[in-house]
Amino acid sequence: MTAFLTIIIVLFIAVAIWQMVKIFDLAQVGTSNDQVATDKDNRINGYLMMGFLIFIYAITIASFWYLGDQPLMSNAASEHGVQIDNLMIISMVIIFIVQTFTQFLLHYFAFKYKGEKGRKALFYADNNTLEAIWTFIPVIVLAGLIIYGLFTWTSIMNVDESDDPLVVELYAQQFNWKARYAGEDNVLGMANVRLIDNNRANILGLDESDPNGQDDVIVTELHLPVGRPVLFKMRSQDVLHSAYMPHFRAQMNCVPGMITQFGFTPTVTTAEMRKNPDIVEKVENINAIRAKNRAAIEAVGTQDVIYEFDYLLLCNKICGKSHYNMQMKIIVETQEEYDAWMKEQKTFKNSLTN
Amino acid sequence: MSAHADTHEHDDHGHHHKETFVTKYIFSQDHKMIAKQYLITGTIMGVIGVLMSIMFRMQIAWPEQPNVLFEALLGKWAPGGVMDADIYLALVTIHGTIMVFFVLTAGLSGTFSNLLIPLQIGARDMASGFLNMISYWLFFLSSVVMVISLFVEAGPAAAGWTIYPPLSALPMAQGGSGAGMTLWLVSMAIFIASSLLGSLNYIVTVINLRTKGMSMTRLPLTIWAFFVTAIIGVVSFPVLLSAALLLIMDRSFGTSFFLSDIFIQGEVLHYQGGSPVLFEHLFWFLGHPEVYIVLLPALGITSEIIATNSRKPIFGYRAMVMSILAIAFLSTIVWGHHMFISGMNPFLGSVFTFTTLLIAIPSAVKAFNYITTLWKGNLQMNPAMLFSIGLVSTFITGGLTGIILGDSALDINVHDTYFVVAHFHLVMGISALYGMFAGIYHWFPKMFGRMLNKNLGYLHFWVTAICAYGVFFPMHFIGMAGLPRRYYTNSNFPLFDDTANANVVITMFAIVGGVFQLVFLWNFFYSIFYGKKAVQNPWRSNTLEWTAPVEHMHGNWPGEIPHVHRWAYDYSKPGHDDDFVPQNVPLYDGEEELQH
Repeated sequence: MTAFLTIIIVLFIAVAIWQMVKIFDLAQVGTSNDQVATDKDNRINGYLMMGFLIFIYAITIASFWYLGDQPLMSNAASEHGVQIDNLMIISMVIIFIVQTFTQFLLHYFAFKYKGEKGRKALFYADNNTLEAIWTFIPVIVLAGLIIYGLFTWTSIMNVDESDDPLVVELYAQQFNWKARYAGEDNVLGMANVRLIDNNRANILGLDESDPNGQDDVIVTELHLPVGRPVLFKMRSQDVLHSAYMPHFRAQMNCVPGMITQFGFTPTVTTAEMRKNPDIVEKVENINAIRAKNRAAIEAVGTQDVIYEFDYLLLCNKICGKSHYNMQMKIIVETQEEYDAWMKEQKTFKNSLTN
Repeated sequence: MSAHADTHEHDDHGHHHKETFVTKYIFSQDHKMIAKQYLITGTIMGVIGVLMSIMFRMQIAWPEQPNVLFEALLGKWAPGGVMDADIYLALVTIHGTIMVFFVLTAGLSGTFSNLLIPLQIGARDMASGFLNMISYWLFFLSSVVMVISLFVEAGPAAAGWTIYPPLSALPMAQGGSGAGMTLWLVSMAIFIASSLLGSLNYIVTVINLRTKGMSMTRLPLTIWAFFVTAIIGVVSFPVLLSAALLLIMDRSFGTSFFLSDIFIQGEVLHYQGGSPVLFEHLFWFLGHPEVYIVLLPALGITSEIIATNSRKPIFGYRAMVMSILAIAFLSTIVWGHHMFISGMNPFLGSVFTFTTLLIAIPSAVKAFNYITTLWKGNLQMNPAMLFSIGLVSTFITGGLTGIILGDSALDINVHDTYFVVAHFHLVMGISALYGMFAGIYHWFPKMFGRMLNKNLGYLHFWVTAICAYGVFFPMHFIGMAGLPRRYYTNSNFPLFDDTANANVVITMFAIVGGVFQLVFLWNFFYSIFYGKKAVQNPWRSNTLEWTAPVEHMHGNWPGEIPHVHRWAYDYSKPGHDDDFVPQNVPLYDGEEELQH
């Protein structure tokens, strides 16, 4: 029945377009060159250009109004995240100044100089001074951005091993994440997917003879002590994945056959972040939406209707069918809470079965 | 081989070659017919690509809801009308492939390079009409293979249009990586052969077959753009071919170029020592120049159309040529900005940030020159002009966010989110599409001898323009909220629930924009047969193609090929009565040619 209705609707649309064409066609009698813009066309489209300029400004304002309060763009939860946010805001301000100005010129000129019969355009082919100006202004602005960006990038990517970062392995597979802590020695045991032995619960392929690996801890929920640098070592067992932790402004691909790394220092605990006014507002907003969708959410039954804020690790590189649901919760907590949690976890040696 | 192409001027063009239906419409060696073949094939592929995008946009807006459209078109992939997650990824993948390669490379560059290079430089045909024909038929074949791949049992390729291994290499990682991916690779290999033959032909033709007086500095900017595009294609497409061949080896012959240490579905695979990052380098060595292969022809077309319809010389001809050359050069050394977080050395990231942001400079010069060309013009608002102005608008909007993505430090947080999707759709997708539409509206009379209906053209432009911004502008903000692209549904992340409404609005714009392309299709096919007959030079343009008769003929001009005496942009030149002076009009006594 619905298929039938759809066909009817499509037919109606086709008929409507046919009729529209007929009207346009009938409205035109005259010379064979009548499909070229007349003064009237120029005028109408000139005004529409101004209308379109207003539309661009309106959609910009609307996007900022409805979608611009993304707490992800401020309230970074890591040390370097603040630098990224500053650079982002500077870049955004520059972009929006240039965008507003150039779009104005483009559409205003299109309106102002709309064609009229008998008027002649200005024969103006070149001006080296002008061109030099708009070559050098971008050069200067971009030079500033490049230098700022490069300093930021270098300071983020160069992990200082001397301040004793907590070493954690992020292990990706279709379609879940695991984390491996290096244990008391803070050195990860050697591992390779060829050593995976599911019968002995050696799921990450650790070298069982490596003494560094005996105290490693494998978990499915990431806990991080606040204020301590963390150095993530990423590994994947099957296809490319990407470890994306948006709240910490952190991302790195997980590549089978090699170990990649990314380091940062979390600065805000989960509990603190939940009290952040921006986050509170965002969560309230989300919960209002979820309340409306209560029936649908309960029908699926995998989620609570009430949402509570948590940091997340998402997969951000297409990795197969369930790519859209490859996530791990991240909890940032005080050192004491972290130690207490760690104490409850089994070491690798103790988790092996025989 | 190219016997009829370099026909001498005293040859009698009045006599008719025996032309059958097959030699005229199918295995034609005439560049004008081949251009039409490219355009129509590209248009059909475009319809498929756009339809796919509407389907996956519906899935994003109304996740896992039954939909009649899915049931009708996806068959077993939409049991009960609910789209399957695998086919979602396949739709995204094939949409990207079709739009980038089949529509915006072959459909845009193939159509207009073929149509305009001989006509605008004053040549009787391409250097090799035969290679040109082969080039089209290889493109046609690759399109057929790509379409066939949609009907494979385990599904079409679904690893994203970038087909990164191991996902694309292992059938056990994803259904689409079986026969579907094989056909994808075969199709692309044929496509690359087609593109190379075409490009070589364009380069040789522009270098060798220019008419008397057509020096390089008198070339219209369209030809400069097509010429440089062809060079970029010849430099970079072979690298993608090698990547595809190595991937085929990994898939079928057990080599380990891109694969190492893989444990999947309970077993260890034998691959050792390869690296997926190598594939990323090879892919993007084409992939980034490809952006400019798509965009430069569109910019060339708009340069021509904006000058003609402003009744003014293009502002800064020499700067425009220099910026095309600069963009072409820089485009081959920026590929790493797609790989900041791929695991390559961060120092390389710094280098690529530097080269990438440099490319903003020639781009800015182009944008400002376009705007200055409008200044104090006498703008004729033909549909082609509207699409050209639209291109400048989306090129600016989309290009500016490149400053964020090209900056490695900022890329960390927006990489592979919807921010990227919004950026490249505006700056290359929509811009190049506008360039293509502008070209079609402008040169339709040249191609078919008839006019497109202008009022339908206006309707088409304004609805498309509003929908394009409606779709892609808010998308930046969803990306800044951290929403990853290529997610089948976002419902597993309550964190993103507040982007759901925006996604519905975006999909609405996409549907309206998509449906209104029917207006264009209608106008296009209707006007081919029933459009108003065109006069010889409807837009009062300077370039040589408008000195050729409306009725197509082999060799383009009856009698002698016109000689060129001036550049292409003598619009509203003082000392002339008309506001245009075609390139074949000699300088009058005492007239000075502009030093450009």
